[in-house]
Parts: sequence; structure tokens; C-alpha cells
Amino acid sequence: MTSAAQSTKSAITVRGSADIVCDYLNYGINSILYQRGLYPPENFKPDENYGLTILMSTDTKIKEFLSKTLDQLNGWLVERAVNKIALVITNVKTLEIMERWDFKVEYDEASLTNPEKVSEKPLKQIKNEIRDVLKQIASSVAFLPLLDCVCSFDIQIYTKPEVELPKEWAEAAPANIKNAQSVKMRSFSTNIHKMETVVTYKNDD
Amino acid sequence: MSQFKFWNDVNNLLNMEGPVNGPVPRWQKKKESSGSLNSSSNNSSRIKSSSSLNSTKTPVKGAKGEFQKCKTPSKTPTPNKGSKTPSGDRFIPSRSASNLDLAHLKLTQDESSKSESPTHKELQKAMSENLYGADISNQKILTYKNKAPSAPEGFQNPMKVIYTQVKTPASVKNCSRYIPQAPDRILDAPDIVDDFYLNLIDWGSHNILAAALGSHVYLWNAATGNIEQLLELEGNDYVCSLSWIQDGYCLAVGTTEGTVELWDCSRSKKLRIMEGHSARVGSLAWNSYVLTSGCRSGQILHHDVRQREHIVSTISGHTQEVCGLKWSPDGKYLASGGNDNVLNIWQSVSGSHNSHSTPLHVFTAHQAAVKALAWCPWQPHILASGGGTADRHIRMWNCNTGSCVNSIDTKSQVCALLWSSNYKELISGHGFAHNEIIIWKYPGMTKVAELTGHTSRVLHLAMSADGSTVLSAGADETLRLWKCFPKTAAKAKDAEKVKAKPSALKQSIR
Repeated sequence: MTSAAQSTKSAITVRGSADIVCDYLNYGINSILYQRGLYPPENFKPDENYGLTILMSTDTKIKEFLSKTLDQLNGWLVERAVNKIALVITNVKTLEIMERWDFKVEYDEASLTNPEKVSEKPLKQIKNEIRDVLKQIASSVAFLPLLDCVCSFDIQIYTKPEVELPKEWAEAAPANIKNAQSVKMRSFSTNIHKMETVVTYKNDD
Repeated sequence: MSQFKFWNDVNNLLNMEGPVNGPVPRWQKKKESSGSLNSSSNNSSRIKSSSSLNSTKTPVKGAKGEFQKCKTPSKTPTPNKGSKTPSGDRFIPSRSASNLDLAHLKLTQDESSKSESPTHKELQKAMSENLYGADISNQKILTYKNKAPSAPEGFQNPMKVIYTQVKTPASVKNCSRYIPQAPDRILDAPDIVDDFYLNLIDWGSHNILAAALGSHVYLWNAATGNIEQLLELEGNDYVCSLSWIQDGYCLAVGTTEGTVELWDCSRSKKLRIMEGHSARVGSLAWNSYVLTSGCRSGQILHHDVRQREHIVSTISGHTQEVCGLKWSPDGKYLASGGNDNVLNIWQSVSGSHNSHSTPLHVFTAHQAAVKALAWCPWQPHILASGGGTADRHIRMWNCNTGSCVNSIDTKSQVCALLWSSNYKELISGHGFAHNEIIIWKYPGMTKVAELTGHTSRVLHLAMSADGSTVLSAGADETLRLWKCFPKTAAKAKDAEKVKAKPSALKQSIR
């Protein structure tokens, strides 16, 4: 995406930072869909980025859903209207929420007051930070419980209350998990957006 | 009268903080239920209501972690909890204790009116403050309406294989030779370090097996069965890696201190200590007089063991611990695998035995640490590599072209890999769930045999010099010897012929 163009310059604008965050989410969410076994593995094809091979879904409907959601999110990230993005994994039959991946967004204090602020952080360093998070996501199968049912996923975006509801969007109820347990992953920062990744899952003992 | 009492009951139950009243005497309940169970509550609603109560078994548990959505009347403490039939001498199904009236009321009651109750709102507010750090009403939760589809009906999570102990259907092919399912011998290996990232076993060309158990290195002579202790490290240090030189009695030993020791095993004498690493040395590989060592820091060093200044070159291609390191049999390529999920191929410098410091190929296809590495003995540019728990694949690489030739999902962590020199087969050691050893046919990658017996994961594999026996080291502190690649009579004859030829030539020259 546009992040490739960014690498030639050293400064990252708010818009560029939002692109980096959306890129990360696109790869991260696809990786979760593959690693958690939500969809048949044959519907994924490998894609290289961040010095990793990440499996991306080839299903047109999933791709369309993700691109529509992330495009809208990109705009909100630039406006600093997003607090959190949640990937909710639900059991299709019982509608029980099995797992939730929270991507919390924090904004740099200085950029809140000055929208023209640019980040001097090298893109390489940011990509390395993202790579470490993605690796942790891939290795999370070692501790997460098996999703032994047909599951679907949804993306919920927690925004500030003044955000207007776009066309084809709806408000949703928060997804909460019974007897939950959380594991925090590494975080990365573009010096404009800081992103923290937390997985919350049902702890069945 | 009874109806009024019933409403009282309902209010009591809705009030979560209030004291929990003990059960009403049975006769009273019976009277009540028979009174209020009138024509309005028919059979079907009775079934429904009882099931809805059963489904909410643990309201307290839910509140402890994260509060649960208030769709079912789960907020109320289960009414039948703790209510026992008072008479103990005979069994009476306590239908009355299941409080059918309450259940019926809750079902017919409008949901919206319930959530308006101030206590509920208050509770939700307190919950969200605790959970999110801010009142949830200060933010909107938005979601795109056109949802992505779920997986097709009948689809089963492929991850199931790594969570279950159920035997997966194997394509075990009928094989022309007999492979014993039980180990030939079992040796004890007390205190073997259960660490995926180390390389603690090596079987040398002189039929001597070196094994590192904690801080000790033992030599086991496979021909005579003699065991001798070669060395013991001091303090809390332990041995991290072992490697025999291709020909000779020289053994390299990597330690937690970051040093590499060279031992002459024919005299049990330490030859030299080579420093240079900042952390433990988990992998070692020989290429003639060059010893290559991989460190926890991700650094790889080439040591020329003949020189005083032994470090020939330093290469950094990994960001995390190097756990797999192998030179190809022709010495042309070095393969290194790391905990950073990267597999690097380094080409050797022509005329020398060390490698270039920029990788020839970087393979990132593995989704977990790459420890198991093995070069094909008959096609020296073919490399097999195996990934850890999150990956579980064995992949074949053609290092001349840099392409992945083949890959297969083994359904289990791949800890070790070896090629058979007697058959066109591979053998792999696995972790959870079966802790088994699998023999694969190459290039079809069908399973030839599965050898089970280890009660914990199979950490290392080593092959005898003649290629007939494989030794597996398990985290269950045993070493097992499997005679899985016996030489056939015809093959043995061929080998003899090859050996006999030069002498015949000599005679003719004379």
C-alpha cells in the first residue's frame, strides 16, 4: 500500500501513520484468521511483508469486508476518533463470544494539538516492531484454547461518541467473554499512533 | 394471596445485593405452585422455562471475569441452589424448587423494561468503568453491516490436531521391509535438558555417541557399550550443543557461557577453548577445519580451529537464537534456522570453508522457530527443514534455485529431522501430541512408519555411521535406538564391491 512510498521519506505524517496501522491490522487479522483455524487453510496464500511470510485470505468476501472496514477506520484514525478496534470471534451456532482481540489505539499528546506533526521514527524500526507483534500473534496458538466449533468474526470499532454513523454501518453491543483471561502482546508505535494488542479468551477450567 | 407472595419472591430475587432467603418449606411451595400453575402456563412453556434456568448455572463466575450480557434472566441467583427436599428418607423430585412461575414470568416479561431498572444500569456502569477504564456510554461501538461469511458448514478447525491426543489417520504405506515398532535398546539419560533450542546428541563417524546430560558430556561406544564421562562443567553451566568433526575424534562442545570447547576424545583431553559469543552456544556445525557456531544472540561465528586468532568471520542474519545449523554434505551451503522463524542459506566462499556474510536465500515461510535441518545425502542442494509448534511443517528447499520444492503438515512440532542414507526416506522427531518418530518416503512424503514409545517430546535424533540405526533423545530422559534402516543384503554386497575395487586396482598396478 502507501507505506511503500513512505519509506523514501524519513518523515511520517498522520495520514501515513494511519496507513501503517491499517496495514498492520490487515496482516494481523488475516494471520489470526489463519492461525486460529477459522477458515480452511487452503483459502489462504502466503504474502511476504515485514520480513515474514504471512498467510492472507483469498476469499473475496472476507477481503471486501476487511478493506471496507479498514478504509473507514483509516479516516477515523486520521481524525483521532478511534479508541479501540476489536476483532470478535463468535460461535456461529450458539452466538457465544469465544475470543476477542483488542487493538487499542493511543495518540501522541503532541500530535493531538498539532495535526501537522510528523514522526521522525525510521520506518524500518516501526516495521521491526510490527514484525515482533505479528510473530507473537502467530505463536499464540501455543496457549490459546482450541476453537472447536464453526466460528465467524466481526470487527468492532470503538469510537468517540460524536462520530457520525456512516452508511451501511451500525452500532453494536460490546462483546464480553465469560470467565475471561487476557494476554497482552508487544506494542508498536509510529510516534503518532501507538498500538497495543491484547487477546482475551474464554478460560474453561 | 399466593400471587402476592410470589411477587415478593421475584423482587427478592432481582435484588442481587439483598440477603438470600432460605428455601420455603416444601408444603408451602407445593401449595403455591399448584395454585399458580394455571391454564396460562402450558406444557411447552414449562419446558422452555426450566431449560432457561438450567443454562444459567454460574452467574457469579461470569461476574468475576467480565460481566455477561443480560439477555437471559441470568442475573438472578439460581433459585434451586441450596434448596433441598426436607425429608431425607425418600427421593422426591423437587419440581417446586425449580420455580417455574418465576421462569415463566421472566420469559414473558418485556426485556427492555428490565434493563431500565436503575440497579442494572448502575451495575453496568460500574462494570464498564472497571473493565474499560472509562464509562462505556462515552463511546460508540461501530461495525460494518455486511459481515464476512463464516466457514462452510461441516468445516472443522484444522488446529484440532495440535490440541488432541486422537490418532490422526495416517497414510501408512505398506513397506517392503520390516520396521520394528519397538526400540532396539533403551538407554537412560537422566537430567537431559528439556530445551527445544539445544542440540545435545551427536553420533560420530567412529560409532561413538556423544550425549550432553546437564553439565556432563558422556561418550557411549555403540560397538562395545562402554560409557565414559568426558567432561563436567562447573557451577550452574550446562552443555548446549555438541558436534563431532566429520573424521576424527575431535568433539566441539558449546556452553552456556558462550565458549566453544574442543576435546580430543581418543585421549579425553581438552584441546582449546574458543571465546567470542556473548550468550549460550546452542548450535554447532563442522565444515572441514572450520567450526561454525550459532549463539542465542542470533550471531553466527566461523572458527578456524587451527589458528590462534580463530574467528574467521562473524555473520548476523538472525535477530533471535540460532537453534539449527548444518553444512551441506559437499560444503557448499550453510543452513541456519532461528527462533525468529527465519531460515537462511549461506554460500561458502570459494576456496575456503567459511561462508559469505550475506545470505544467498532467506526463507521466511516457517511460522515458528526452525530447528530441524537436514541436507539430502544424495542431492546436496536439497534441504529439509521443520518448524516448531505454530508451524508444524516439513519443507523441502532447492538451494540452487531458492524455491520451496515440497511442504507437508506434520500436525505436530518438528524437533529433529534426518535423511536416511540407505533408503530414499526421511525421519522426523515430534513433540505434542504423540511424541512420535515418523519415517517419510521421499519425494512423495507419505508416511512409511510411525514409531511411538517416548512419553515426552523427541528432542534430538542422531544416526549411526552405517545409517542403519537411529537414536532418539526424548524429554522423558531416555535415549531409544531404532533399527529402522537396516542394510539389505544386496546393498551390503554393493558396498563391499566398492570397497574391494581399489585394492584390486592396486594389485593390477603392481
